Amino acid sequence: MSLLAVLKPGGDAATALYIVAFSLFIIGIKQGTHPTTAKRGNLIAAGGMAIAVVTTLLLDGMGNWGLIVLGLGIGSAIGVIASVRVQMTEMPQMVALYNGVGGGAVALIAWSEIRHGISLGEDFPLDSLIPVIFAGIVGSVSFWGSNIAFAKLQDLIPTRPIAAPGQQVINAVLLLAIIVISVVLAVDHESPSEGLFILLLILAAILGNLVVLPIGGADMPVVISLLNAFTGLSAAAAGFALDNVALIVAGTLVGSSGTILTMEMATAMNRSVSNILFSGFGGAPSGGGGGTGEERPHVSIGAQDAAIKLAYADTVVIVPGYGLAVAQAQHAIKEVADELEKRGVTVNYAIHPVAGRMPGHMNVLLAEADVPYENLKEMEEINPEMPRTDVAVVVGANDVTNPAAKNDPDSPIAGMPIIEVNEAQQVIVIKRSLSPGFAGIDNDLFYEPNTSMLFADAKAAASEIAAAIEDL
Amino acid sequence: MSLMTEITIFVLAVFVGFEVISKVPTTLHTPLMSQTNAIHGIVMLGGLIVVGFANDGIEYVIGTIAIAFGAINIVGGFMVTDRMLGMFSRKPRPQSKPASSASRPGAGESDGGAS
Repeated sequence: MSLLAVLKPGGDAATALYIVAFSLFIIGIKQGTHPTTAKRGNLIAAGGMAIAVVTTLLLDGMGNWGLIVLGLGIGSAIGVIASVRVQMTEMPQMVALYNGVGGGAVALIAWSEIRHGISLGEDFPLDSLIPVIFAGIVGSVSFWGSNIAFAKLQDLIPTRPIAAPGQQVINAVLLLAIIVISVVLAVDHESPSEGLFILLLILAAILGNLVVLPIGGADMPVVISLLNAFTGLSAAAAGFALDNVALIVAGTLVGSSGTILTMEMATAMNRSVSNILFSGFGGAPSGGGGGTGEERPHVSIGAQDAAIKLAYADTVVIVPGYGLAVAQAQHAIKEVADELEKRGVTVNYAIHPVAGRMPGHMNVLLAEADVPYENLKEMEEINPEMPRTDVAVVVGANDVTNPAAKNDPDSPIAGMPIIEVNEAQQVIVIKRSLSPGFAGIDNDLFYEPNTSMLFADAKAAASEIAAAIEDL
Repeated sequence: MSLMTEITIFVLAVFVGFEVISKVPTTLHTPLMSQTNAIHGIVMLGGLIVVGFANDGIEYVIGTIAIAFGAINIVGGFMVTDRMLGMFSRKPRPQSKPASSASRPGAGESDGGAS
């Protein structure tokens, strides 16, 4: 049927090329360990992908080229447009969407494998049926969970936790039903029912929705990482089903990456993954000196005063948070830093691991604004420097700077590692209002004697401060 | 390939994955995620095999959608990662653009003199 058919499916030549492909993925990721080599690493990984795709297209017996070209064309066009248009502030949504389509692809492949197996009318071997079932469930959960995460990040649905009463029970029942149906399918492996498999996909879809809906915005870094891990595992499972080493290795790499990031994010919030998934902050006791609603005394300043404090400092640390992304303030902040550096002030950036909506979100925004990556300091690195810092500027961050996490054992965020800005000589908080952060608790930092509040939009405030410093 | 061979590959890949990825600095975690999204696009091979060997209407449809999803992952993932990493590997900084220190809006002089 095709002139291209030169490789035998499952043959040594095809497998060897797949091995080359996944080796290039590993080399590519390895190059990604340093900013200067990461770009080349990405190209190497892309080269591996090209080899894997071409190898598959060359398999003997491939047909239906019209459909293949159609799928490739539509997907590539969407991919190109999305990657060129997306703003750096929107990267969490983009990654959520990519997680989603990845999981969706796996679920669809699993479904067609079941159809194909049934149509052959033979006994479905368990060592491919079980991975197919697993791939279908995890793929469907990831697809729907990721779409909900996308919708929340894109503000299409409220980012506040949405939970029905008895949600835990519903989830547990769904999970139980999924397990029972999986077992039934596996036991009946001589002629598994396609209808039951579709039911499985639907139940997994509902579960994916219900698990992610109650999760609030600040927990998104964990959720996105976890969904990333899920999609990776589902791809590896598809690899078992299709006997394809490239899928097994690539899926496992993605799964490892997502797992590592999930664990790092959870550690940075001092919460377990299951706690994040199964209990929104809404359920937490609102203890710890917050939520009383009464106005506590605080110092409020304007951009001019902030400029003076900053201009006469020796060392300044900027602490960005999600508010910086929302206000698109990264370039304006960089202007402030540039003005300060002109005056000989040392400016560093303190990045909390869960600042923003995905791992490394702040780093990408600041890189976009041309901040050299050497100036981006991790929490462990910057905290010992805080007492020697003249001014700490908090831009759009809240809970990750709340000293209650350290001082108040009853606080809902007790034990969460924070950027210890309260140790700095002076603190300027750029924020629209005194409203609490995602955790719904008051930030004691705002009422400390050495803290000044600058109530404004982050971008406007930063531009004003930069202009004011220049005029000093 | 036997199941045990596949499990061997899987287990070794877990160790390689953890070893390599735990060395990626937090600064690069966002590009890491978009790059692994792209690598996850490898599932498109599954879609290609489904469609390439299909002779059934429903398999045509779901396989083609799977190919499109995978292609979004591959093309979009690698491209957006490239774009981001370009920002990280930029030369130190385009110092001293002429006229950057002059004329900033609202910096005093000649403010159109209203009211």
